[in-house]
Amino acid sequence: MIAEIGLFALIIALIIALLQGSLPLWGAACGDRRLMGVAPVGAWLQLGALGLAFAMLTTAYVVSDFTVLNVVENSHSAKPLLYKISGVWGNHEGSMLLWVLVLALFGAAVAWFGSDLPRRLYTRVLSVQGLISLGFLSFIVLTSNPFIRVPRPPLDGTDLNPLLQDPGLAFHPPMLYLGYVGLSVAFSFAIAALIEGRVDSAWARWVRPWTLMAWIFLTGGIALGSWWAYYELGWGGWWFWDPVENVSFMPWLMATALLHSSIVVEKRDSLKVWTILLAILAFSLSLIGTFIVRSGLLSSVHAFAVNPQRGIFILFLLAVTVGGSLALFAWRAPDLKNGGLFAPISREGGLLLNNLILSTATATVFLGTLYPLFLEAFGGGRVSVGPPFYNATFVPLMLPLLAVVCVGAMMPWKRGDILAVLGRLKAAGLVTFVAVLVGLFLSGVREIYAVFGLILVAWLFFGTLAEWAERIKLFAAPPATVWQRMVKLPGSVWGMTLAHLGLAVVVAGMIGSTAWKEEAVASMTPGQSLTLGEKTYLFKEIEQIEGPNYQSAQARFDLIKDGVVIAELTPEKRVYTVQAMPTTEAAIRSRFWGDDYLALGDQDDTGAWVVRVYREPLVQWIWIGCLLLMTGGLCSLMDRRIRLGAPAAKTGRKTPAKTTPQELLP
Amino acid sequence: MTTRQVLLLLPLLGVAVLFGYFFWGLTAEGRDPNKIPSVLINKPAPDFDLPPLKGAGVPGFSRADLSGTISVVNVFASWCVPCLAEHPFMVKLGQRDDLVLYGINYRDAPLDALKWLSKNGNPYARIGVDSNSRVSINWGVYGVPETFVLDKTARIRYKHTGPLNPGDLEKFIIPVIETLKAEEGS
Repeated sequence: MIAEIGLFALIIALIIALLQGSLPLWGAACGDRRLMGVAPVGAWLQLGALGLAFAMLTTAYVVSDFTVLNVVENSHSAKPLLYKISGVWGNHEGSMLLWVLVLALFGAAVAWFGSDLPRRLYTRVLSVQGLISLGFLSFIVLTSNPFIRVPRPPLDGTDLNPLLQDPGLAFHPPMLYLGYVGLSVAFSFAIAALIEGRVDSAWARWVRPWTLMAWIFLTGGIALGSWWAYYELGWGGWWFWDPVENVSFMPWLMATALLHSSIVVEKRDSLKVWTILLAILAFSLSLIGTFIVRSGLLSSVHAFAVNPQRGIFILFLLAVTVGGSLALFAWRAPDLKNGGLFAPISREGGLLLNNLILSTATATVFLGTLYPLFLEAFGGGRVSVGPPFYNATFVPLMLPLLAVVCVGAMMPWKRGDILAVLGRLKAAGLVTFVAVLVGLFLSGVREIYAVFGLILVAWLFFGTLAEWAERIKLFAAPPATVWQRMVKLPGSVWGMTLAHLGLAVVVAGMIGSTAWKEEAVASMTPGQSLTLGEKTYLFKEIEQIEGPNYQSAQARFDLIKDGVVIAELTPEKRVYTVQAMPTTEAAIRSRFWGDDYLALGDQDDTGAWVVRVYREPLVQWIWIGCLLLMTGGLCSLMDRRIRLGAPAAKTGRKTPAKTTPQELLP
Repeated sequence: MTTRQVLLLLPLLGVAVLFGYFFWGLTAEGRDPNKIPSVLINKPAPDFDLPPLKGAGVPGFSRADLSGTISVVNVFASWCVPCLAEHPFMVKLGQRDDLVLYGINYRDAPLDALKWLSKNGNPYARIGVDSNSRVSINWGVYGVPETFVLDKTARIRYKHTGPLNPGDLEKFIIPVIETLKAEEGS
């Protein structure tokens, strides 16, 4: 019964999506209020139906119902409960179901929070959401039904890929989907605006919180994914420029650009066409990401089972969604009125530069990801594009961005003076200089490029702090006034400051863990030790232990520094019994200044174990920085002027010259 | 059309071209992005010497044994389910008298391997035990099963990654063997 209820709910949701995607659009065109009223009702009903379908699939997993093919192929009765549940989205069919559920969640959220929006815009946004849902639901029902029964149920399932049986990965896909799918709202807003032929600052204010929310989740999803790669794969790296990593990174870059460009639309009534295009492209890129992972188009460690039929179906869906929206764009965008030209040296000029750099960077990642396909199409054989390409293209592109972030943030709207801004950043420059000198004195000059990168990072960090300090008149006013000003800073200002600081911290972590990484490999037996830098790893013993669905060789190591044992490390080599697949559980000692990382490899014929140890300086900063970025996003989301339920348009806000300095900010 | 209109049409055109590539990528005949061409094709087999599987009743083998006849080298393991699936085709190959079939037992417990062979039959003329996969790595093996066809001078002429599915024997392996025999004859 469970599976049948699930399938039934899916089909109901499909029918609702059809109604939601058609009637309200028509109603909005001819002004029929009853037809327009279908949109919010449809959004809620869809959430209900898909929530039910998802609950049914989850139930089938939790009770290990091996009459359902999807459960047989991805679960096992001995699996811990958390992984029974995460198994629901650890496969193609279930993750598609999660995808549409998240879409329905956002649809219902728009229906709930957006009830103050102008009626037509509200209706059209929800209706476009319904259309997206229609496409993906038909894909699921026609090609990827998760509720198929098996005629002769086996006694037990074939288990989930052991690499996916990990807490980090249990939450990574839902988080990423909240980000990917969250961008659909910005997309729907863009399509609705194109249909209406009107984009104004009120529109930008409504789109922004949705983009922010998607961006926060996307940041979290990517961070979780890289964290998982770092500690679970046992290679001691956190980013591999794998096609599937890239397809999650590109929407992030686009969403970041969109966040910044929508500020210009809001404050200066300019860059409208560009912002609309960004909103379309950001969501299109996340769709293309979904497509690439599921079609077997490129080879990747992440790819789902290959099925050409499905690939053609998704390609068709993409062609309709992306092609259709860009055709609408080409047809309607020429009519959008722009608010006039602006000076290159100004806040909006800085934001435009940000956009240019971010889009160029996206283009490089895109080219690197798809180049193998393009080359192969011309008979150029198989190639793979790896880190050297990105180090030579993406990294140099991003460096100037780091240099100008704090300058742009200080620039006034309309017309700025670069020298005046640099003058205000004098103190930050001085602090950067001193910090770099101290840093060099402590660590010694080893990697000149890394040092250059860290100078930029320090500049970004202190420049951002300087901007914040100036805003609250730190050191320039009595403490009480400073406190007053600080408490009154709007959420969006806090958001910008924290996010920019977060960016500095992330990049510092990336540079540190790449440039100053050390590693050593040895074949060891208990009693032997291995030295890396100032620390020694002493191999004490190894024993076999039994997990719920795996067997494991667990080693004990003492980490010794200056003759003192500072930690005990217990790396494992697990073999998951059902799939006979080995995994590495690295032992990591994380500290603020860096990680000591130990991975246990295979046993060779002499009985010795291959042991790899790494010193990863500053690596945790990457994830601390991501948390700062997300916190910044949240602060900005809390800002009362742009919160989700923003009241209807105050069209009088078109003259930024009147606004006070505090309100000038993103 | 104004310049502005043309400019705004560009994204659509770009995407159209991109989807053209995607469509090609999905439909091109025989395209499998996960298939990596072996660099060892037409190169002499790497040097090695593998000990026998004790109790199997057939000797181990080394690089020197491969010269003189057409040989097929199959990498297998008792824990590998696809190996069992392709086993009937190995039996067929083992019955032919125009080639010698060798087995490399990959990362296996000797007892498990023996049990597996006695249960399913041993098609191999010689079996080498590669318990730590050193030799297999030199052969460029990155998963079991894999099958290599070598000519009389012990050069690798064909490599099949993954199990031989029904039809693969006739479609890939036998034509290669026929070509090699024809080369010999001429």
